[in-house]
Amino acid sequence: METDDTPLGSEIIDAIKAAGVRHVAALPDIVTSSGILRPLSEDPDIRLIRLCKEDEGVSICAGLSYCDKRAVLLMQQTGLMDSLNSVRATGVEYGLPICMVVGLLGKEPDRPASESENYGVRIVEPVLDAMGIDRLSIETSADVARLAPAIDRAYAESRPVVALIGRRIER
Amino acid sequence: MMRRDECFRKLAEHRGDAIVVPAYTSAFEWIAIDPNPLNFVSIGAMGQASSHALGLAIGLPDRKIVVLDGDGSLLMNLGSLVTIAEVGPENLFHFVVENGTYEANGSHPIPGRGRVDFAGFACDAGYPEVHSFDGLNRFSAMLPELLAARGPVFGCLKVEPGPPPKYDYKLIHSARMRETFRQAIRPFLGDGGGEE
Repeated sequence: METDDTPLGSEIIDAIKAAGVRHVAALPDIVTSSGILRPLSEDPDIRLIRLCKEDEGVSICAGLSYCDKRAVLLMQQTGLMDSLNSVRATGVEYGLPICMVVGLLGKEPDRPASESENYGVRIVEPVLDAMGIDRLSIETSADVARLAPAIDRAYAESRPVVALIGRRIER
Repeated sequence: MMRRDECFRKLAEHRGDAIVVPAYTSAFEWIAIDPNPLNFVSIGAMGQASSHALGLAIGLPDRKIVVLDGDGSLLMNLGSLVTIAEVGPENLFHFVVENGTYEANGSHPIPGRGRVDFAGFACDAGYPEVHSFDGLNRFSAMLPELLAARGPVFGCLKVEPGPPPKYDYKLIHSARMRETFRQAIRPFLGDGGGEE
């Protein structure tokens, strides 16, 4: 019998907090809704900023970065696609540490995003690569260990990073 | 109707050490009227001034943050009114310069020109303090009170289209402007800003 190695939301939240993040800007995404966003909304260590649109979050995270406050933008890949102009300008061209945690709605849990039958999922990694944005995939508990160092690197080198959550996360 | 430059000159008189976040055409006019390292012009994409300002307002709760938005810019990010009202930063002062045109892009009219009610938007979004101004004397007289109020404060400045300022996009998007601002706020990071 196969064991499910999908990470728990608490593991991802612990990694985000271990990286010194205390602000999360977010729109609900069903992949991360119950496992990450809901507990974050109840976490006294985190200030949650609920957004109307994802590109607001890019700018809010940028503003916070000038104040030496670490933040994460939590959203769905549709919101990432909708925000690409802000990510391009503020994250890439200005060289700011915009750290994004992105749920991949419609991705099959048993195959890589690049091989998804879902067009909206399949194009995400090539788009990020074309923009020169660092990315990491979080599919298993073992992958979570890369999240805090990726956020640390984004702030150390002042560059954006995207963590792609490929499986539905529960608490 | 007022002129934008007249409004900005009045605002500059009362600015103190506030951080000012002007958007595009307003940015070019503002930095000519009041050059100051505490001007934050690096808003990246059109419409994003209010959201950058919200990040700064959260990050520096003890500093006043003044946004000089455009009407076309705000229409691109109307949801930010709701987000700002939800967060409720007491140190955020959001002015929109309503001239009814996309001035930086050929002065085409904005949709709903003359009909949309920006103060009404802000009021319905939940801003606790909302005003609309079409005369310089009243705006000038109310400015000290506005800037002393508990935010988020919204002010709609109804202005007539004026002569175009000198557009220098390379300057507002330059690394030098960002670094100048970063250095200017460094002394503030101990009073509510900085790593937690």
